[in-house]
Amino acid sequence: MRAYKIIVLAKQVPDTRNVGKDAMKADGTINRAALPAIFNPEDLNALEQALRIKDTFPGSTVTILTMGPGRAAEIIREAMFRGADGGILLTDRAFAGSDTLATSYAISQALKKVKDFDIVIAGRQAIDGDTAQVGPQVAEKLGLPQVTYVEEIQKIENGKVEMKRRLERGVETVSCPVPLVLTVNGSAPDCRARNAKLIMKYKHAKTVTELQNSNEDYLHLYNDRPYLNIPEWTVNDIEVDHAELGLSGSPTKVKTVENVVLQAKEAKVITSADSDINDLMRELIESHTIG
Amino acid sequence: MNSVFVYCEIEDGHVAEVSQELMTKGRSLANELKCKLEAIVIGHQLDGIEEQIFPYGVDIVHVADDKRLYPYSTLPHTSIIVKLFEEQKPQIALMGASSIGRDLGPRVSSALHSGLTADCTSLVIGDHLDKKQNKNYENLLYQIRPAFGGNIIATIINPDCRPQMATVREGVMKKEILDPKYKGKVVKLDVAKYVSDADFLVEILERHMEKSKVNMKAAPIVVAGGYGMGSKENFQLLFDLAEVLGGEVGASRAAVDAGYAEHERQIGQTGVTVRPKLYIACGISGQIQHRAGMEESAQIIAINTDPEAPINAVADYVINGDVATIIPKMIKYYKQNTK
Repeated sequence: MRAYKIIVLAKQVPDTRNVGKDAMKADGTINRAALPAIFNPEDLNALEQALRIKDTFPGSTVTILTMGPGRAAEIIREAMFRGADGGILLTDRAFAGSDTLATSYAISQALKKVKDFDIVIAGRQAIDGDTAQVGPQVAEKLGLPQVTYVEEIQKIENGKVEMKRRLERGVETVSCPVPLVLTVNGSAPDCRARNAKLIMKYKHAKTVTELQNSNEDYLHLYNDRPYLNIPEWTVNDIEVDHAELGLSGSPTKVKTVENVVLQAKEAKVITSADSDINDLMRELIESHTIG
Repeated sequence: MNSVFVYCEIEDGHVAEVSQELMTKGRSLANELKCKLEAIVIGHQLDGIEEQIFPYGVDIVHVADDKRLYPYSTLPHTSIIVKLFEEQKPQIALMGASSIGRDLGPRVSSALHSGLTADCTSLVIGDHLDKKQNKNYENLLYQIRPAFGGNIIATIINPDCRPQMATVREGVMKKEILDPKYKGKVVKLDVAKYVSDADFLVEILERHMEKSKVNMKAAPIVVAGGYGMGSKENFQLLFDLAEVLGGEVGASRAAVDAGYAEHERQIGQTGVTVRPKLYIACGISGQIQHRAGMEESAQIIAINTDPEAPINAVADYVINGDVATIIPKMIKYYKQNTK
């Protein structure tokens, strides 16, 4: 039985689902620091699909690739606690301001450096942008076929991956030879929980930058246990055309950003008392809104 | 003047609803830009398909007809569009933000190195002054969408790359026949020139498509629940009210994410847009993404325990209180006072 080299594309995102009142600064801009940073939910579904392949095909490896600030190493560790073998943090100021196209360019150039992989798995979309564009754009840049909205990898046989796609109005089963890029839908099974042994094994895993700020007593660990070193790649580690990165490499520009200011309508406020509800219902029936 | 293009999705020989809506929008953009509206249809057995397309004011329809092109598959459809766009150089290209358009759009935009904005809630023509370069851009497509959890509304532009690409959800734009007798031109594409064998790597083994059971767009009354409903069981109350009133049940994204309702019931920017006669929002806080999908409802009732909920700002009636006590009262009064 052959083993597969799997790359999972993941992103650390602000938890936009739980935006509290302190998340907006007085001037109306977003206070990113007030939002918890989390593992993008659908990337966890993607990780689970990757770990299942590893379960079925012993010897397979799962590597996380994430682009973001130094702090994003947190999600690499999180993935290692759940069964990933390691990860790569792609981080550089030059990536700042990238739209989906410039992001997919940087990621695809990093994948070209990794070179040796069979399956790239990403979550369908990240909750901070909801675009679902980076997966397909990475596939295009690598010249690989893409399969989006995957709910389940059903089998891998003779180098072909068979998977079920969840579409708006139905399901589709498709087969695609490796190498390929696939994106996993939120309806796929949840990711397995952290494993206590893996937490013990990987809790000290760090990037070079994190290492510089850490307790020197532990430094010997990183020579003895190479798996604790999380590779950190900057633009200098991958082959790139600088004009294609960041703002200059992004065809889309943000022209304006407006804070959402609600112009309240004159609403009629009522209570849950019987008389209030009955009056409202009568009004709706009389105006033929209902009935 | 370069044209506005709309990619038409086909299911069972019919042009998808979202594509009809986009042709309507495309026609008005083309009028403003004084250019042609063109459509592209890719599939099989498409004879006569133009009859469904011309009435929206389409001047040219490009048809790629081959048995390998239906059902939709990413690679061949991408190859055809990319080559056609390289030849025709559209200034704007619109696609549905459907499971087809959101698969196809990014791949096409990557191949053409053109910008794509997903899930736009509004498309407007406007100018842009780039202050750094002191360069004025005329007649750009403003692609407007909520972002960052709905706390902001962003206007996105593609100043230098063409086509300016955008996807839009079904129901966001209104469809309208321009002229049933409108006549355009059909251009049949020589498919062999546009696709190669490598485009057929992905094989579709099985396919089950269903007509959506839920038809929220056509429902005169929508009873929608949010995360505040608290559980899937409590959602049953909404079904009860919807059944009595003759409406449909919708849900906010938070409720869908929490597993209270099926995905196809999701209302908002990344779900369905509805414009019913009456919208009853139950336990919905009303982030802008949700409001984008319902604020054009003729009348809105918001039932919420939070008097500060943003949904109240778009509501005609605000009921402060607990959904679980209020809905049974509404049902009771309705049953007693109607035939």
